[in-house]
Amino acid sequence: MKIPVVRNILEVNERIAAENRRIFSENKVLVLNLISSPGAGKTSLLEHTIDALHKEIRIGVIEGDIQSNIDAKRISKKGIPTVQINTDGACHLDGNMIRETLNSLNLESLDLLIIENVGNLVCPAEFDTGENHKIMLLSIPEGDDKPVKYPLIFRQSSVLLINKIDLLPYVDCDINKIKKLSYRINPNLTIFEVSCKTQEGLSQWYRWVKKKVNALARKKSQR
Amino acid sequence: MHELSIAQSLLDIIIQEVNKNSISKVTWVKLRVGKFTSIEPSCLSFCFELLSKDTPAEGAHLRIESVSIRGKCRNCQEVFEPNDFLFVCPTCSGQDIEIINGRELYIQEIEGD
Repeated sequence: MKIPVVRNILEVNERIAAENRRIFSENKVLVLNLISSPGAGKTSLLEHTIDALHKEIRIGVIEGDIQSNIDAKRISKKGIPTVQINTDGACHLDGNMIRETLNSLNLESLDLLIIENVGNLVCPAEFDTGENHKIMLLSIPEGDDKPVKYPLIFRQSSVLLINKIDLLPYVDCDINKIKKLSYRINPNLTIFEVSCKTQEGLSQWYRWVKKKVNALARKKSQR
Repeated sequence: MHELSIAQSLLDIIIQEVNKNSISKVTWVKLRVGKFTSIEPSCLSFCFELLSKDTPAEGAHLRIESVSIRGKCRNCQEVFEPNDFLFVCPTCSGQDIEIINGRELYIQEIEGD
């Protein structure tokens, strides 16, 4: 017996992600899903972003790691509401894992929630968590061939931060090639060249975040 | 290794359909998987084999149909297959490209007794 079944395999995740998105929207929280390889600088970027913006914007963080709470400890030192998710082996966060943390976060008292995904350029691209934007971080030592090797995450991200530009004199990496390939995969990408070490370029990223938070708040108050 | 999560979701859907249709044993499942997903078919089949043990889907073969990537230029409406994921229209060099195929990840048909 043949049964025609046209069903999306990720339907459960997509349903939960859509519910998350509705909850975030009702609470007027901008949600950013931060994705990169391990060691590209996600936690450093978070620390700087919190330092720069926490006086104007109420920030919360969800830390995703396979194991350990090292990152959550780093972030909670900043006095920011932080929830750690340990995926116990899973290579990405999914909609349900985010859903389960929402009881521990008072969303009404937040303007911005940053999800630091598990370090990985492949799997997190496939799983919607309900975020407003995927934010991708690529560091210079990873090389300029990454857009063509991991095109899906470049296509799905709203912002690409090219980090560790202070290392450009020391490594064989053509930053213009990264930008050119990235734009050909995703012409709508916003690209910032930054160094979390020297803080070069970060102010443009902060402006982008503030603009998005403010736009969301305005849209909500007009309803 | 997100194929494990995907294999679990796939198995959950198959078991729901099996129960709805009073099937005791699944022989094969036809899937459509786009080339612009990060799914490795052999890895998906391996994970599915592990997870489906002691279920009506044990031993079922996954017939995975791969779907090529196709983009449609929003400027000149040209439909084309991009090379190396570079979404540039071959006709007008436009870069505003809608992906019309390649992101598929769905079950199409289940056969069983």
